[in-house]
Amino acid sequence: MAVMTYAAAAASALNDAMRADPAIVALGEDLGRGGIFGQYAGLLAAFGPERVIDTPISEATIVGAAVGMALTGLKPVVEMRVIDFALCAMDEIVNQAAKNRFMFGGQGRVPAVIRMPIGVWTSSAAQHSQSLESWFAHVPGLVVLAPATPQDNHALLKAAIACGDPVAYFEHKELWPLQGEVDADQRTEIGKAAIRRVGSDITIVSWSKAVHWSLEAAEALAAEGIQAEMIDLRTIWPWDRDAVFASAAKTGHVLIAHEAVQAAGFGAEIAATLAEAGNAKLARLGAKRAPVGYAPNLEAAVRVTPAVIAAKARALLGR
Amino acid sequence: MSQSNIPLSHLRALYAMMCRIRAFEDAAEIASKGGVAAFGQAAGSTAHVRGPLHLSTGQEAVPAGVCAHLRPADYMTSTHRGHGHTLAKGADLAGMMHELFGKATGFCGGRGGSMHIADFSVGMLGANGVVAAGIPIAVGAAQSIKIRASHGNPDAIAVTFFGDGAINRGPFAESLNWAAAFKLPLLFVCEDNQWSATTKTGAMSAGEGAAARARAHGLVAETVDGNDVGAVSETARALIADIRQGKGPALLHARTYRFKGHVSVDPAAYRDPKELEAALEHDPLVLAARKLIQLGINVADVDSIMQAAREEVAAAVASADGAAWPDDAAAFTEIQSMGAGQWL
Ligand SMILES: Cc1ncc(C[n+]2csc(CCOP(=O)(O)OP(=O)(O)O)c2C)c(N)n1
Repeated sequence: MAVMTYAAAAASALNDAMRADPAIVALGEDLGRGGIFGQYAGLLAAFGPERVIDTPISEATIVGAAVGMALTGLKPVVEMRVIDFALCAMDEIVNQAAKNRFMFGGQGRVPAVIRMPIGVWTSSAAQHSQSLESWFAHVPGLVVLAPATPQDNHALLKAAIACGDPVAYFEHKELWPLQGEVDADQRTEIGKAAIRRVGSDITIVSWSKAVHWSLEAAEALAAEGIQAEMIDLRTIWPWDRDAVFASAAKTGHVLIAHEAVQAAGFGAEIAATLAEAGNAKLARLGAKRAPVGYAPNLEAAVRVTPAVIAAKARALLGR
Repeated sequence: MSQSNIPLSHLRALYAMMCRIRAFEDAAEIASKGGVAAFGQAAGSTAHVRGPLHLSTGQEAVPAGVCAHLRPADYMTSTHRGHGHTLAKGADLAGMMHELFGKATGFCGGRGGSMHIADFSVGMLGANGVVAAGIPIAVGAAQSIKIRASHGNPDAIAVTFFGDGAINRGPFAESLNWAAAFKLPLLFVCEDNQWSATTKTGAMSAGEGAAARARAHGLVAETVDGNDVGAVSETARALIADIRQGKGPALLHARTYRFKGHVSVDPAAYRDPKELEAALEHDPLVLAARKLIQLGINVADVDSIMQAAREEVAAAVASADGAAWPDDAAAFTEIQSMGAGQWL
């Protein structure tokens, strides 16, 4: 057990994985200097430039080449820097990586992990602050993961590399420095949520950085005598219905809170699924459907915060 | 370089491959009548080949000439117009026809059809429904060869076929640069049939075309008469030999012509009939047959090569016709391992 940052946890997991399996390679811009957030620190020295590949600023070809590598025996880990730039590679992710196995009748596999950090990146404005994970949940063929802690970034990255499917892997632009204990041998199963706080009055479902806001909100609610159960989904697809439904049955109230724009966000999918089952009162909370502005007050106006989450929880409970 | 420089036996083999491609395309065309709603035509229910069918009729010399120098360990990516490339890479013709018919016994189990024809077992990593999308995939395959050099085929290469229209998409430019920067064992083949769907490509393309763009990135590039199978073969042979020796990527620009419409039901009413008439004068099969006869093969022998191809294709059509559809369950298999079964 060691204390490390979310970024160092990823580097450590990739290091372990690359040491164990020579088929794993990493490619993307600026990886040779450890990646711009340090999430590849030390890997070039350990594995050399053939396996830790500095690429041109060519997002379409970064992912397209990863597909070609994956089809020919490698397991590429692909860096998109931020989700906002992955939009330059949407054909390669959605039409090529995600569909290859099916379209060609199972002749090939695309075991590629595509890392696309989400979230508002403070003071970086509209093109560096998006959370587009729901787009990828919509695409058959993809696994969609969003770790919230150093431990999960370590364990889920390893699970993603090992799973054999193309994975849309969403780290968070502002979780890189987050410190936490990491047990390198701990496994996190894809498709299994984590119950971060146990409670009986309301369930809050979230993922990525919003997990931490939800936990803060839960503390504030506790001070008012409301016990919130907090579920960190971790896997957005295939999401852990059992955990969410079990908690919903217990609390009877479910709030899904995420940083992404609320309209057509993945919270809507979870809420709709719960609504069809009809066993809980529901609310969802995401950002307003406005681009993220630069000035601090403009940015703050669209942010989801612990206070906003707590307020929504109170409203759902009628308090 | 032209046909006169290649040995008779080689030309004969190239001609045989061209005949198989022509016969395949002709049969697929007939089987596709009424198969898609496009160009003012309605889709019926009688067609055996459904959906958009992009025929390479008239372009056979390019895949035949290039692929004559490829090995099973070499990788290939192709386009929506990919039957010729797939056959020339060594895929089983019947398996391809079964796929066009949508049958369980096709290469993709009926999941892909014409636009996703592939035979990974011979290194053919897929046709593609998205223009230029195969190019970066071939870049990755070429880089993978370098990375895995110690695992077997260090002098393997990758080849990517694409149309003249594809050079105006970003992935082409990105891939030229990338392949040159990493000195990858990759041959770019621009199969220039002068048309991009209903648009004359020249009118939409600045500069001197694919070869000039490649040279601007430091690649060796050659332009060749893509209807002269001997010239294609000789030029490809030289380029491929250099690539195998580690000299880096190269581009072959093959000028040819699309005899049919963009898809099989497209009458190509937008083009001057004289253009097609002139092109038919340079039918690559006719040119090659004429050369074979000049070299001393008798007419009956030459005819028998085409006859054999048509018989092979007829048998494939008959077996495809009789083959079973995929199980309904195949709609939900080979999608992903994690979360398989969770479709809602
Ligand atoms: C990205 C993309 N844009 C548009 C299309 C529609 N489309 C299919 S084929 C084609 C023309 C392609 O021309 P070219 O690359 O010269 O190949 P050719 O059809 O002549 O073989 C177009 C526009 C597509 N499939 N993909």
